[in-house]
Amino acid sequence: MRKHLKWIIPVGIIVILGIILYNMTAGFNNKAVTLEENAQTAWSNVESSYQRRNDLIGNLVKTVQGAADFERKTLTEVIEARSKATSVNVDASNLNPESIKAFGQAQGGVSSALSRLLVSVERYPDIKANQNFLNLQAQLEGTENRINVARNRYNEAVGDFNILIRKFPNNLFAGMFGFQPLTRYEADAGAENTPDVEFEF
Amino acid sequence: MTLNKTVLTGLLLCLSLISFAQKDIPPQPDKQKAVYDSADMLSNEEESALRQKLETYADTTSTQIVIVTLKSLEGEYIATFATEWAEEWGIGQDNKDNGAIIMVSQDDRKITIQNGYGLEEYLTDYNSKTIIDQIIQPAFKKGNFYEGLDKATSAIFQLLAGQFDAEALNQKSDKKNNILGYVIPILVIIFFIILVVKRRRGGGNGSGGMRRGRPDLFDILILSSLGGSHHSGGFGGSSSGGSFGGGGGFSGGFGGGSFGGGGAVGGW
Repeated sequence: MRKHLKWIIPVGIIVILGIILYNMTAGFNNKAVTLEENAQTAWSNVESSYQRRNDLIGNLVKTVQGAADFERKTLTEVIEARSKATSVNVDASNLNPESIKAFGQAQGGVSSALSRLLVSVERYPDIKANQNFLNLQAQLEGTENRINVARNRYNEAVGDFNILIRKFPNNLFAGMFGFQPLTRYEADAGAENTPDVEFEF
Repeated sequence: MTLNKTVLTGLLLCLSLISFAQKDIPPQPDKQKAVYDSADMLSNEEESALRQKLETYADTTSTQIVIVTLKSLEGEYIATFATEWAEEWGIGQDNKDNGAIIMVSQDDRKITIQNGYGLEEYLTDYNSKTIIDQIIQPAFKKGNFYEGLDKATSAIFQLLAGQFDAEALNQKSDKKNNILGYVIPILVIIFFIILVVKRRRGGGNGSGGMRRGRPDLFDILILSSLGGSHHSGGFGGSSSGGSFGGGGGFSGGFGGGSFGGGGAVGGW
């Protein structure tokens, strides 16, 4: 009887500790999976709002090209920046700092080329009065806001995830389960060389 | 050296806080109505006329359009701010995302119309832009804020006309919610009355019996719960009982609609 008791107490403690540890790590793992998934969804919204802008720019270029004497240089710049940006994609399941930075730079290139284009349109009253152009302009402006919103939500989602995995004791398990901190998406990284234009039509 | 660094970091931190100065979005109000005129740009009659119009529209179509006027944006970009605001409050129905917000900032002289996902097809960016430029802006320039908002909302109704009318069918389920909304407060009141009666009986013997000194926390809780209820009628405690007269607000409250940033911005 006594021998039994001596044997059962340590085993019981170990079992209880094991259960506690399991609950803790399982709870953490599930929460981290959910938050990581949220951030990935938020990222794909960022990408799709940029994609929406690139589609609109395609139509904008077509509309502007109609004006016979439109500056070729500005147009080519936009076309090039756009095709470069459409080729840079970030896999939502692999949100590493390098690819996010590359994406930001490519989109920033589009932003600055686009604002130069819109500035030069100022000199073409025919285009400015064109119904199609006005429509595209309104959609582009709306899409800039969609991008803002998507970016804010992505950064919030990243913040939630990073806080979770960095907190003690989660930080002890995070590496074990293969969770890495995600990268925020800062404002267009390539947009520093944008001419200082108020992006408001 | 290290001291310099800390000072510098502190300074940078302050600067970054300034440039990211964020105006807070107020929490979803208890009384969910169609017009929040915090810049006081509308007279009381104008406000209740707009409320009546928009709340009736919401009751028949389930599409919720909310007008918010602000004194200042405090550096926020109006379109993004309005989107986050509407998302936070959940304007529109959860499954349809059929909400819209019209935000006006008095000092910045900016207007925006932002629509929920469900309205993107009808209230396109271009339509919103046209409404702002052609309807709101001319009226606002003359200082006719009510006229601008009234005509703009009528234009939005026309755009959405026929698209969401079928939702009138959903009113049946709304009614159900309403009945539940009456039953729960009544049950809560009964519960509290029972508690009070029990407490009075129990407290009668022992410590002095009379405790008339001042109301304790428990009394305050009970009183405020009675006073805050719409059905309290004759009970004391509700000093602003009369203000509930002007329409009932959105009958189901904000439904949790979602916003993605579609819409347009203008100024006057």
